[in-house]
Amino acid sequence: MGKQAEPICRLLGSFRFGDQHLEGALPYSNQPDGPTQVEIFRRMALLKGHDDRSRKVILAGRMVTPYYSYRGQEVIPSAMSVNLTDDDYLCTIYRGIHDMLAKGLPLKALWGEVTGRATGTCKGKGGPLHLTYPPKGIMVTTGIVGSSMPIANGLAWASLLSKDGRVAVACFGDGASNIGAFHESLNLASVWKLPVIFLCQNNRFGEHTAYAKATSVARISDRAAAYGMKGVHVDGNDPIAMYGAAREAVERARAGDGPTLIEAMTFRFHGHVFGDDDKYMDKAEKAAAVAADPYPAFRKKLIEGGVASEAELAAIEAEVEAALDEAVAAAFDSPFPSLDELTTDVYGEAV
Amino acid sequence: MSSDPRVQAKPTADQTTITLALNQALTDAMAEDPKVLVLGEDVADPEGGGIGRVTKGLSTQFGELRVRTTPISEQAIIGAAIGASLAGYKPVAEIMLMNFTTVAMDMIFNHAAKLRYMSGGQLHVPIVIRTMTGAGFSTAGQHADFLEAWFAHAAGLKVVAPCTAADAYGLLRSAIDDPDPVIFIENLPLYWVPSQRPEKGHRVPIGKARIAAEGSDVTIVTYSGMVGRSLTAAKALAEKGVSAEVIDLRTISPWDQETVLASVAKTGRCIVVHEAVGPFGAGAEIAAVLSERCFGKLRAPVRRIAAPFTPVPFTKPLESAFIPSPERIEEAALSLVKAVH
Repeated sequence: MGKQAEPICRLLGSFRFGDQHLEGALPYSNQPDGPTQVEIFRRMALLKGHDDRSRKVILAGRMVTPYYSYRGQEVIPSAMSVNLTDDDYLCTIYRGIHDMLAKGLPLKALWGEVTGRATGTCKGKGGPLHLTYPPKGIMVTTGIVGSSMPIANGLAWASLLSKDGRVAVACFGDGASNIGAFHESLNLASVWKLPVIFLCQNNRFGEHTAYAKATSVARISDRAAAYGMKGVHVDGNDPIAMYGAAREAVERARAGDGPTLIEAMTFRFHGHVFGDDDKYMDKAEKAAAVAADPYPAFRKKLIEGGVASEAELAAIEAEVEAALDEAVAAAFDSPFPSLDELTTDVYGEAV
Repeated sequence: MSSDPRVQAKPTADQTTITLALNQALTDAMAEDPKVLVLGEDVADPEGGGIGRVTKGLSTQFGELRVRTTPISEQAIIGAAIGASLAGYKPVAEIMLMNFTTVAMDMIFNHAAKLRYMSGGQLHVPIVIRTMTGAGFSTAGQHADFLEAWFAHAAGLKVVAPCTAADAYGLLRSAIDDPDPVIFIENLPLYWVPSQRPEKGHRVPIGKARIAAEGSDVTIVTYSGMVGRSLTAAKALAEKGVSAEVIDLRTISPWDQETVLASVAKTGRCIVVHEAVGPFGAGAEIAAVLSERCFGKLRAPVRRIAAPFTPVPFTKPLESAFIPSPERIEEAALSLVKAVH
């Protein structure tokens, strides 16, 4: 690897260090080298830290918001995003804050938005379900299952027209593979050979309904064959395997060889929406998934493999906590938007 | 201009048809701005250049990467248009028939209309959705509905419905220029009716109505295919000594309140005519605004002439009865003028 991984201060965005951006993707290698593995861990630490903090702030009664926890799914966007640049596009869903943080959404803009403040990335008008941050390619967050995909196709079409090599990533869950938008989008992407990656984060439940009860195929990746595209089934909790699958799909897209459907297997630890009672989940299945939490597992692996020391990883975690402290405090100190914001941004010019 | 699809005059030298005017507008816009794109079912030349031939010649001139025939996938069509617009392009998406927009309502209503607002102004969606509709050809319940009220009810969308070649050209150019999503409604029976040829580069501002006939006794507010029928009614009324002013709204949202209010202040009477069904339609909105803003000047209640609250029927006698007729408009005007206030 020719270049050091970005320091955490840059990953965490502009709230502490001005407008510095991630300077593009980390160099590729089939297997992530040591610094890349540490970088994946940094992103996982940021994602886990944010999710833990969000639930803590909600439970403390300081923030009222629907919260779709992604705890347990941190590996997927962390290993994907190190293969992307700021110019690559992301369209994700309501359970997608991890996707955005990994892509570089600054914590301060994020916390401003989820607390409904004027300092939020959408001035408090979109909220956690509609986070948007074009400077990092974070284009659309949808609250409608499946709707990230048709729009990602359009961004990918623009890449073909502009010949700028940008890749569009559409994130969605296993439940979304049963909605029409998925099928229309995969077909179109394949026919048009678009540089788009359909990244299905299969957390085994669509809302409260278990995968097998709602989905006709054993693997969602099997559906790729129906659209004449490459389908990949990967352990989305294994950073090394996930990195490889992501890298291959990004390279395929950049080379002009068309779309990929990646099905990344994972598990969500806190149900559909934070506060649900999990009665619909098999207790043993959930317990096993939580016991196999990919975060401590990867942490341990890095240390045992001599890739990073306990002190290095602890320092990353401490930096994440400090950054969160600062972002959360800044958000709660920020003003709400003025009431004239209610009727602005509907049209370019008021009608 | 005839509203009867069976009567199609040949265009004179200074005339053209709506389909040709739309084709010219797209050609001119694409030639001037490489960011303008066209997509939809059958729009490229190998597929015939669209069922109305509105996009004929475009793919040959501008290439099939800019003028793309799509699968029959309305969500994917509008999604692709939205995504390309977010990357700086100006896509004109054709949804072959207006009823097919219902398949893509999530993309149109939840995304195109709202992305500017939900992103706090970081995004905007400069797309045009061209779609064609209208009863008169026995296309029945799923191919002929006027759904303008669905879209006019969505904050973030604009809705236009021209009825002449010049307005079709000028409004399409304005819609492509516009930074927000525009629903562009074309009327099948009007497609091949000749009218004045527009000048190249002509623009019709969105939100500006046209007074199609001046009058002093009653205002008829209408758009699309009902303009011709309203003008027919106005001629018949003139023979009976009633002077009707016919306003072609051209834009349904945002509609030109200034022009309509000024006319109603003059006449004191108003009829809204549209081919869409009446309840919760554009006529209801216009009548409500008139009662709020010029109640004191109204000499009679605002009337709505619209299709009955039914699906569009197939068989000719029922279909003909479904579409508001000049006679219904005339009767309504006479009843308003006779009412003593």
